[in-house]
Amino acid sequence: MNITSPLAAVGRQVLAMLALIGQVSIYAAQTVSHLLRPPFYGREFLHALVQIGWLSLPVVGMTTLFTGGALALQIYAGGARFNAEAVVPSIVAIGMVRELGPVLGGLMVAARVASSIAAEIGTMKVTEQIDALVTLSTHPMKYLTLPRVLAATLAVPVLVGVGDVIGIMGGYLVGITRLDFNAATYMKNTIDFLETFDVVSGLIKGAAFGFIVALMGCFYGMNSGRGAQGVGRATKSAVVAASVLIFAANYLLTELFFSA
Amino acid sequence: MIQLTDVHKAFGSNRVLRGVNLTIPKGTSMVIIGGSGTGKSVALKCVLGLVRPDSGTITVDGLNVEKGDRDAFLAKFGMLFQGGALFDSLPVWQNVAFRLLRGSLKRPKDEAREIAIEKLRRVGLKPDVADKYPAELSGGMQKRVGLARAIAAEPEIIFFDEPTTGLDPIMSGVINELIREIVVEMGATAMTITHDMTSVRAIADNVAMLHDGVIKWTGPVAQMDDSGDPYLDQFIHGRAEGPIEAVR
Ligand SMILES: Nc1ncnc2c1ncn2[C@@H]1O[C@H](COP(=O)(O)OP(=O)(O)OP(=O)(O)O)[C@@H](O)[C@H]1O
Ligand SMILES: [Mg+2]
Repeated sequence: MNITSPLAAVGRQVLAMLALIGQVSIYAAQTVSHLLRPPFYGREFLHALVQIGWLSLPVVGMTTLFTGGALALQIYAGGARFNAEAVVPSIVAIGMVRELGPVLGGLMVAARVASSIAAEIGTMKVTEQIDALVTLSTHPMKYLTLPRVLAATLAVPVLVGVGDVIGIMGGYLVGITRLDFNAATYMKNTIDFLETFDVVSGLIKGAAFGFIVALMGCFYGMNSGRGAQGVGRATKSAVVAASVLIFAANYLLTELFFSA
Repeated sequence: MIQLTDVHKAFGSNRVLRGVNLTIPKGTSMVIIGGSGTGKSVALKCVLGLVRPDSGTITVDGLNVEKGDRDAFLAKFGMLFQGGALFDSLPVWQNVAFRLLRGSLKRPKDEAREIAIEKLRRVGLKPDVADKYPAELSGGMQKRVGLARAIAAEPEIIFFDEPTTGLDPIMSGVINELIREIVVEMGATAMTITHDMTSVRAIADNVAMLHDGVIKWTGPVAQMDDSGDPYLDQFIHGRAEGPIEAVR
């Protein structure tokens, strides 16, 4: 064994990683460029909107409801250490709207949507349905990728908005039933300390995460290997890549919005 | 006219096509035969641009398939895939009428549906399958839906990848006749892959045999039986003994 071979292995991994980043970037740019060129498949878009947006509501709602409740308990316990229990409503609201709503919503959508898109498109690929689309003069990117990416980019912010409200409600319910907060005070504190940009920044994050989720699902589906194993691997890669990219994008966006 | 000149294609170390030369005159029916895994499907996909050859040129009506307007090029084609490749999210009639529901050939929904039902009838399927989903059909029925989809927009050039595999003998006869009709009546150019020697005789004007990545023999179907080519002889008579190694 050559003494440099471990280094070569690391080098190969790095090069493969860089190549992947390049491919994904090109794929993203192509997707966006198709937005500007007709035809646009409206039915596919509406279908994707229902699949991605409407049908993800329960999952996102449940996630943020429980998280909001847990958050209220944690902040209360933490705040009690320096007599600051009163901050519960505002911290729950700010934490939910700026960080947890978008990130948790994005992750749940990644689990639900990136996997199903990758599996669906991957199966289409291995059963030659993508080839069939091409021979029927239909561009797979316009017909499959663009509607899903656009739908997710528009739907996830709405999901995040709904999730924010439900999450704050989770905190509120715990606050007034378990922590002896006065309902009216809790509401007032929530509203008074929340700024518009807190909410808007979270929604922008949601749009970015939606884009990432659908793009990863489509990218890995389109590049799926052959057979059931190929589809399985594509699905797994889509969810992992979407989740990791959500965390990375979340950090970058937070840095962009709030570091000053 | 479709012309393949010295087409090469390898997948990794698997050299599938190693210099394919083939000419299909306009309005004729070419049947490609050859052992399983010799690259017949890959050759069709190369013509359609679904697989990019490593080298060589392919022209359709004198135009290089890799250049020029892809949409206009593909609009001339119909293709039946070996596995059917039906869209499982769409009902049968929308599969058949796919081209007629969007793009440049778009027409009203009722009309598209009527055409779809008519094409289904021509491949021996009753109107009640129109609203079923592909997954609800048998393998042979799916194949025929794929066939109906390939011919729905009345293309000038049609590729059939194993159109009669999985069909009963009577239905195979119906499909053979249909393909013949499409070539004779509509003047289409057809390229068919099949392992069924009855089909070959029923469909072909010309036959080409692909083996070891090249066209080993090509000629009119009438000369197939006394070609004197040992490979072709072994193949059409289905003998285990001969120049083609049967057990690898
Ligand atoms: N996308 C691909 N990636 C890798 N290898 C491929 C691909 N497509 C085809 N091959 C390989 O090319 C060879 C020829 O495949 P092809 O499907 O053209 O065979 P065929 O002649 O149509 O066989 P059959 O009669 O069984 O359908 C096979 O060895 C196959 O494994
Ligand atoms: Mg084949």
